[in-house]
Amino acid sequence: MSSTVADGAAPQRPPAIIVSERSLFWRRFRRHKLAMAGLAVTLLLYLIALLAEPIAPFDPDHGNARLVYHPPQAIHWFDGGGLRPYVVAYRLARDPATLAATYVPDPNREVYLGVWVKGDPYTVWGLFSGSHHLFGPLDPRQPVFLLGADRLGRDMLSRIVFGARASLSIGLVGVTFSLLLGIIFGGISGYFGGRIDWAVQRVIEFIISLPTIPIWLALAAALPKSWSPLTTYFCITLIISLIAWTELARVVRGRFLAIRSEAYVTAAWLDGCSQARIIFRHMLPSLTSHIIASVTLAIPMMILAETALSFLGLGLQPPAISWGALLKEAQDVNSLAEAPWLLLPGGAVAITVLALNFLGDGLRDAADPHGS
Amino acid sequence: MEARLRRSDTLLQVCNLRTVFPLGGGTVLAAVDDVSFTLQCSRTLCVVGESGSGKSMTARSIMRIVGPPGRIADGQILYQAQPDRPPIDIAKLHPRGSAMRAIRGRDIAMIFQEPMTSLSPIHRIGWQIGEPLLAHGLADRKTAHRRAIELLRQVEIPDPEAAIERYPFEFSGGMRQRAMIAMALACGPKILIADEPTTALDVTTQAEVLRLIKRLQIENGLAVLFITHDMGVVAQIADDVLVMYQGQVVERGPVETIFHSPEHPYTRRLLDSSKKLGMAAPPARPTVAATARTLLQVRDVALTYPGQATLFRKARPPTPAVRDVGFDLYEGENLGIVGESGSGKTTLGNCLIRVLTATAGQINYRRRDGAEVDLVTLDRPGLRLVHRDIRMVFQDPFASLNPRMTVEQVIGEPLLVNRIMSGTVLSRRVGELLAQVGLPRDAGQRYPHAFSGGQRQRIGIARTLALNPRLIIADEPTSALDVTLRGQILDLLLELQRSLGLSFVLISHDLGVIRYFCNRIAVMYRGQIVEIGPADDICFRPREAYTQTLLAAVPEADPRRRNLLSAA
Repeated sequence: MSSTVADGAAPQRPPAIIVSERSLFWRRFRRHKLAMAGLAVTLLLYLIALLAEPIAPFDPDHGNARLVYHPPQAIHWFDGGGLRPYVVAYRLARDPATLAATYVPDPNREVYLGVWVKGDPYTVWGLFSGSHHLFGPLDPRQPVFLLGADRLGRDMLSRIVFGARASLSIGLVGVTFSLLLGIIFGGISGYFGGRIDWAVQRVIEFIISLPTIPIWLALAAALPKSWSPLTTYFCITLIISLIAWTELARVVRGRFLAIRSEAYVTAAWLDGCSQARIIFRHMLPSLTSHIIASVTLAIPMMILAETALSFLGLGLQPPAISWGALLKEAQDVNSLAEAPWLLLPGGAVAITVLALNFLGDGLRDAADPHGS
Repeated sequence: MEARLRRSDTLLQVCNLRTVFPLGGGTVLAAVDDVSFTLQCSRTLCVVGESGSGKSMTARSIMRIVGPPGRIADGQILYQAQPDRPPIDIAKLHPRGSAMRAIRGRDIAMIFQEPMTSLSPIHRIGWQIGEPLLAHGLADRKTAHRRAIELLRQVEIPDPEAAIERYPFEFSGGMRQRAMIAMALACGPKILIADEPTTALDVTTQAEVLRLIKRLQIENGLAVLFITHDMGVVAQIADDVLVMYQGQVVERGPVETIFHSPEHPYTRRLLDSSKKLGMAAPPARPTVAATARTLLQVRDVALTYPGQATLFRKARPPTPAVRDVGFDLYEGENLGIVGESGSGKTTLGNCLIRVLTATAGQINYRRRDGAEVDLVTLDRPGLRLVHRDIRMVFQDPFASLNPRMTVEQVIGEPLLVNRIMSGTVLSRRVGELLAQVGLPRDAGQRYPHAFSGGQRQRIGIARTLALNPRLIIADEPTSALDVTLRGQILDLLLELQRSLGLSFVLISHDLGVIRYFCNRIAVMYRGQIVEIGPADDICFRPREAYTQTLLAAVPEADPRRRNLLSAA
């Protein structure tokens, strides 16, 4: 603190370090180890979704009728004293007693794996095309199923990687819609208060009281089957966010109510600020960190909602790939008994939801300076 | 049967106490640094110092309720439980151990500053007072109940049989603090630690609570450790004084010596600052020319909150916060509005600047061009113009500055939004304003949290000056500041008044501040002005009984003139 100031009581204790609110926020966030891990996992997942084509080893729609329900193969890392990863190939055999077809490992046939190998051709986002994949079999004709194959002999790993695209983006797009609605209605409600607040809150309560799944089902059922997967996708997102905005609106309203009575907001009003300036320049910046935190916590809800809808067959329809649509395959108990790896997309959902929740917790704690 | 302690026997001896908080990176902050003192039966030791001087932390160390990560790093706290046994070193006990729990609350009791938050809102008063007795196994439920009634009678709460069935929110601030004291006394402690027990109370209530503590001390032979920042209170009740500064004791001695021959320069500064705002000091108020024109005419202003009806409840009768207020304010004049909490003084201040709209009456403001406008009915565009002339200084220097804006943005905001200047012209003007309020010109690039309370209040003042105002409404501008800073801020305002030709409406509960600063004083009580007149008339020749009570309750900062306790 400057010593030129005639502020009596000599210098204050530790010299003040000049840091902005943002760097304070980041400093508090970094202390939260679990949230840092959540951030890393979340970023990785979104990177995978963004670059699904080169990351997935195969084309997700490329099936092989002779490789139906092929079991997962474990990677062996060393061969002949050196690092040379390979998987043991399986061959189809018949049980002599029941005559059922089963896959048995064929120890003499090894399929060697490599990094950045040539495989199925692809085009990323219509921008550039290629045929190299992050990893895969050295011989592109050899099938490798690290997470098994589905009912049509398609690679589950590739399908899960592609499914991330729809499932993760539906979270983001849906939250953007909800955020817009939430900030507008929550902001109006909290800033103006009184009767407007009363009306908005009753509407929100009405929406919250609606039984969610039947409403989703009804709305989803109303979508024409003839629509393209992309249109359906956006409609599903809208349907989900139409209900999810209420929570965000409540958070925003609560914050607005709290900040509205702060002396610096009164000061801004007395300075002659317009209402728009008070809201956007003085109130919203104090809310951003809280809003980011609630948004992060809202994304997993969206992802779960999409998964639930698609699982019930009312969300994204094949050939569109999402985690929910993949899980639909696991509805049948018989096929599940035969191929338990069909549940793996559920694992991907769980990891994503956990990572986002940890991230959101960390952001929320960092946004609240009175927390610790 | 324990041997009885006699007057002036040492009960507690604190030696070289050091309580530290780790700051990270291996460094520690010594909140209490090498502090030693003794507490004796029937004597009061006042610990005085500014905020952050470590006085509360000293008390918390004795009670072993220092919140983690703070810890006692060094020193002894020797508690003489019985005269013929060796003392117990409290500093060595485990904070949550049974030995400490047996002492805490039973032998050493504590009362806190804010009686609302230190009482549980969901338990009845009687239950809370009886709880320490049950916790220490000193009574069963029935006896605890009887004892609670008895204690409430001791702390002079009327109708104690009914009062024990009440909840804290049904009590006034003073009643709650009495209940707190009753709770502290429940187990018959030998030491009472009072941490700013009267700071949150009105001055008349403060006088009553101080009298009560003194009486209970005499009756029970208590050793009292009284923490305060108010030199007036020290002068009234202390036997011995400990002056703390930045965690260390800078001076100690009998109250008479501290007040009349202080040695340490910090003690002297503390005394000078409080004397400067005392009732006997020469005031610094400006003189107003007899030809001064009126700036503001307030006529029959009232603000009534309607009793709101809900679905399940009929409307309550409307509550008047301000009633029939009228006065004139002249150019270059400083009007003080004084009153206790709930008297409506802040509401009135907010009405004058239309943060709140009066429900009746007129507030006629004469603009620079001579035209008069009524602030009660003025529309928003007209109000924006008036808000350039009438500005406000807020009480809390922490809440009134937007934490996300740099100081330059905060001070420049009124100039920017009124489209008066922008860009480099604005930066230059902000630099001038900062210099005017005694802050370095380069302070503009920093955020408010990098400044201390006094500096932030200066930033707030710079913001009000940006638009060349004519009238500044200052609502308790000094009450959040330490006593040494109060005089400085008031002097700054007076200096600005001389150079810029300002008028002030100063709202405060502190008669000393008002008398120092204002030409005229309006005394408010229950929403009304009970007396208004020249400052010296109000302070020395009050006509109304309420004003007289208020004045009599102001503690004099001189141990030779104990005006509060003389009645006891």
